[in-house]
Amino acid sequence: MLRPGPLGFGLRRRVYTERMAVEAPTTPLDAARIKLDFPILMREVNGMLPAYLDSAASSQKPRQVIDAIVDVYETSYAAVHRAVYTLGERATERYEAARDTVTAFLNAASRREVIFVRNATEGLNLVAYAYGLKFLGPGDVIVSTEMEHHSNLVPWQEVARRTGAELRYVRLTDRGELDTESLEELAGADVKLVAATHVSNSLGTVNDVAAIARWAHDHGAVMVCDGAQAAPHRVVDVQALGCDFYAISGHKMCGPGMGALYGRADLLEAMDPFLTGGGQIAKVTLEGTTWNELPYKFEPGVPPLAEAVGFAAAADYVTRIGLEAIHEHEQVLTAYGWELLSAIPGVNLFGPPPPDRAGILSFTVDGVHAHDVAQILDAEGVCVRAGHHCTQPAMRHFDVVATSRASVYLYNTTDDLDRLAAGVDRVKRTFGV
Amino acid sequence: MDDFYRENILDHYKNPRNSGHLDHPTASAEGVNPLCGDELAVELEIEDDTVQDVRFNGRGCAISQAAASMISDVVKGKTVAEVRALGSEDVLEELGIPLSPIRLKCALLSVNVLRVALGDASDDRDLEWKSA
Repeated sequence: MLRPGPLGFGLRRRVYTERMAVEAPTTPLDAARIKLDFPILMREVNGMLPAYLDSAASSQKPRQVIDAIVDVYETSYAAVHRAVYTLGERATERYEAARDTVTAFLNAASRREVIFVRNATEGLNLVAYAYGLKFLGPGDVIVSTEMEHHSNLVPWQEVARRTGAELRYVRLTDRGELDTESLEELAGADVKLVAATHVSNSLGTVNDVAAIARWAHDHGAVMVCDGAQAAPHRVVDVQALGCDFYAISGHKMCGPGMGALYGRADLLEAMDPFLTGGGQIAKVTLEGTTWNELPYKFEPGVPPLAEAVGFAAAADYVTRIGLEAIHEHEQVLTAYGWELLSAIPGVNLFGPPPPDRAGILSFTVDGVHAHDVAQILDAEGVCVRAGHHCTQPAMRHFDVVATSRASVYLYNTTDDLDRLAAGVDRVKRTFGV
Repeated sequence: MDDFYRENILDHYKNPRNSGHLDHPTASAEGVNPLCGDELAVELEIEDDTVQDVRFNGRGCAISQAAASMISDVVKGKTVAEVRALGSEDVLEELGIPLSPIRLKCALLSVNVLRVALGDASDDRDLEWKSA
């Protein structure tokens, strides 16, 4: 794996700035070429090609995914699971083939364990409502963490409020990592469920999910993992991680608005449906209803075929390029971006320093609000997120209301990060700080 | 863009007018813009149906804080009805720049929090979502 040596990276060309000699590193991916797959990145906005650094919010889509979506509408569209005519069979085949692709992508043991949902948020809510409300009660303890995205925190507040269970949190260290001591303090409690993210969307911290899952199981709890920021960027093997539930969002991994929830089959069997209606039933009488088998029990309504096919095309796309190569590429870019930004006086970076982190660079500029940073960067064609990133407790831990966040993906180049650093210079000039 | 962060906006951001607290406020309110975390609190001293004095306190982006500073000068001496009638046109006239809907929300935090202080419901009636 490429790591910076004492004098920087293994080098190719010198770029950008006189105030420091940061060399542009090489990575295992030809990102400039990958970029050509993404029509939106090849189209000028305000007279510039975008330096898109907001993939942690949502990623752009390659031609291969767009084509797959167009193709299914043009050749194979009909109501999935319902029609007996040929088009309907074709639609059902393609929908279920998409499930097989996602099953392999997550290395789930069975396709019965992969439920299509709108996004990771819906997947986590499914677990909260269908598992949490049924199996948790007064005296039980739910453990979440201070770094969670609101989507893996607010649902558990709701479950606690409705069931009488107690919600407790694993705290953050000042490096932005989980404080394992505060986890151990919970060991004596009657912990029934542990909800933790794989990768923090606002700090870039990577959690040891396998260790957390082991801890949960040792204490008789199930483990729910938010994989939204992990699955697009690294190899995810739900069996190796050992978690009981794992939620991902396709739109963050080059796909359309579609997600998946992995759940252990025996747990899914024991749960009641989250949403009820057509397609998820076995038999309905006016007196009552029995549920369809897995995974259909959790998928009411006519399924979104094109989204599923696009999601599978996205999984194929990143798999073909290689998640290990993508991960390594991002590691190099992250270290490079961290070095560029941390060399600018008045810029504060959050979360653990490289290499123990994901490609999410969350930062503030002294004297300038994050929103203003993002606005001025937009004038340079640099797209970053500004705000609390739906992680207000984590922001509060670091006593900030908002940060600017640059996040990298397979199509980003060192040039994008050079433009980011130059943009931050302009922010400082504009505000006179 | 340089126009966006023009001198007078940055001046109001860095040196907000009527910042701090009143000794005897007769009305007050706090507001947030959850989108970007702008926070703004207002205190009013109203006598004879007229705003005698005003203070804003907050932290947030340059647009939200500069707009509050500019509006604070506007509301002094105005009747309650006149303050209630303040809207996006007045704020944009003070700022002197066009704003996208997302940034307009920042700018309107000040008039919104004023309305709440006067006992009205917060509303987004001035926000028109248009495609670019």
